[in-house]
Amino acid sequence: MTETTTRVQRVLRHPLLWPVLALVVLVLVNVVARPSFLDVRMQDGHLYGNVIDILRNSAPVMLVALGMTLVIATRGIDLSVGAIAAIAGAVACTRIVGAGDEAALTTAVMAVTYALVVCIVLGAWNGLLVSVLGIQPIIATLILMVAGRGISMAVTDGQITTVNNPFFSDLASGFVLTLPLAFLIALAVLAFTAVLTRRTALGMLIEAVGINPEASRLAGVRARTIIWTVYAFSGLCAGMAGLVIAANTNSVNANSLGLWIELDAILAVVIGGTSLAGGRFSLAGTFVGAIFIATLARTIPNIGIPSEINYLFKAIVVIAVCLLQSPRARAVFRVRRTPRPPAAGPAPTAEPAPATAGVRA
Amino acid sequence: MSTATVSPASTWDRVRTFTPPGRYLPLIATLALFIGLFGVGGMRYDGLSDPQVLISLLIDNAFLIVLGVGMTFVILTGGIDLSVGSVVALSTMIAAKTLQMGWSPYLSIAAVLLTGTVLGLLMGLLIHYFDIQPFIATLAGLFLARGLTYLISVESISINDPTFTSLAFKTVYLGDYYVRWTAIIALATVAVAAFVLARTRFGRTVYAIGGNESSAMLMGLRVAFTKVGVYVISGFCAALAGLLFALYILSGNSLHAIGMELDAIAAVVIGGTLLTGGRGYVVGSLLGVLVLGIIKTLISFDGTLSSYWIRIITGVLLLAFVVVQRFATRRRS
Repeated sequence: MTETTTRVQRVLRHPLLWPVLALVVLVLVNVVARPSFLDVRMQDGHLYGNVIDILRNSAPVMLVALGMTLVIATRGIDLSVGAIAAIAGAVACTRIVGAGDEAALTTAVMAVTYALVVCIVLGAWNGLLVSVLGIQPIIATLILMVAGRGISMAVTDGQITTVNNPFFSDLASGFVLTLPLAFLIALAVLAFTAVLTRRTALGMLIEAVGINPEASRLAGVRARTIIWTVYAFSGLCAGMAGLVIAANTNSVNANSLGLWIELDAILAVVIGGTSLAGGRFSLAGTFVGAIFIATLARTIPNIGIPSEINYLFKAIVVIAVCLLQSPRARAVFRVRRTPRPPAAGPAPTAEPAPATAGVRA
Repeated sequence: MSTATVSPASTWDRVRTFTPPGRYLPLIATLALFIGLFGVGGMRYDGLSDPQVLISLLIDNAFLIVLGVGMTFVILTGGIDLSVGSVVALSTMIAAKTLQMGWSPYLSIAAVLLTGTVLGLLMGLLIHYFDIQPFIATLAGLFLARGLTYLISVESISINDPTFTSLAFKTVYLGDYYVRWTAIIALATVAVAAFVLARTRFGRTVYAIGGNESSAMLMGLRVAFTKVGVYVISGFCAALAGLLFALYILSGNSLHAIGMELDAIAAVVIGGTLLTGGRGYVVGSLLGVLVLGIIKTLISFDGTLSSYWIRIITGVLLLAFVVVQRFATRRRS
């Protein structure tokens, strides 16, 4: 009896409850609108279906959001990821076009490696501005956000570069073990990040820096190095996302590649329950958040609304999530809902307390 | 000070020893940058030294000036408004659609201004009363405005209402030179905003909140009213900028003004306003817009440089100003 109640309570208090519930509701809406929504069929040795498409389309946002999660956990933000993605696509595509044998595997590997190195350098540049010069993250990354698309256009010389390399396009449209390669890449990065942050002390150190950089430095945490690493990692993730997007169309358009992906990624992170005030993060939440955004993008045409109106729904999601997370809004709603039980306090009041502390910290 | 000296200082002495107050230094730096760019351009390209080029700068960037004014208010309180680009797009779309439906142009203008103001009000309320970070609340505004634009029409709608187009091309002649009404509206906005910030209780509260919100609250200033107010002003300015943009481009399109919020933020920063809030002037933002404008003009005069250099140079300028600001504030503290 007591064990079941604690289990129920544990589920109810689990931070992933709301994001997963939202995702389930979204899927249900789809199934009601079109009962065949969840059908998955086997064709040419791959799985096909809406669900597989959603997994594949979630890859870029998930990649960017993973890097963003760690950045946000240090109480930062990275606005430049869209621009970095565009630069990654531009660098890779121009390398492939400029190579001797355009369709060779080595060409693709070299181009991808080269692009990712560039992205790590760009991420490290953001880290330099934030950690060494002490500029606010939002402003430091704004610089690259403004200049990045210009740089990307300078790389492609303002043209839409089209590439013809089967190995490169496999990044977006290939399948491994019946699943889309892009999704598997995102999953691999997720697993790598999870092991690195949750099986070592790194995750705790990142959270410590997010809660109080100065205190963690005095406690012997190398806050500067951690901040630097986190931004470089975010750059790397953004670069991978840019490559997947470029591979999807086999071309790079410096103006539109990864446009507003930073906002989608931040949305994914916020949906996943990571506080924008830093100090705690949830990679699993980010995973659910990215899948949620991809599902939302698929839902809107599925229930017969033009896909451009996606933005309207995203706005509603942003506001809803923020209100759910805002301690002040919770307080307002709680008072309205349950004005009577002051005695039954401990369970409901104990839960928002860490959230309040996290936001205020 | 002059009472202590035996002989009253000569005019030259006063000019020689004059040092501008520290708070004006960023403004002077931006002005010097603008004059320098204009001077270099004037020496290299013949046509650039024509005063009409300067006036055209105002005409071509009228919407950005108004946007910068609204953004200055927000940034002075330590906030940020990412939604302005989308609100501009929404404004052009509302204007185009209502005119297409046969509304009176004045009614259409009123509808645009009201929409922008209400959006700003909503964001301000979210930010102040629910403690949502300005960045994320205005992000919601960005999506909302862009989504509403698409909801009205996915395709571009051109504006050919006679009153509206005559308003767009109405010019005032100053001797040999001409100014469009849009530029005059933009300058009037700057003047009103400068007066409000410098001379009214509301304006001083804006600076106080940017300096330290808790202190402002403890001093009994009207923090809630002012904090919501700056987003209302920003929303109104974005709508007004949208109208000027519609007059400039004579169409409504959901793809208008993508990334324009970045230009506005860059102009404000280049104009010397501290992004952490509390310091800065609207006139600086005007100068910031003019600096961005002159770079655009120089690149188009040059002809060999591609347009994407504008973004790279903007980024470099932004970097320079942010780093200098950072060191200036660090030394003081």
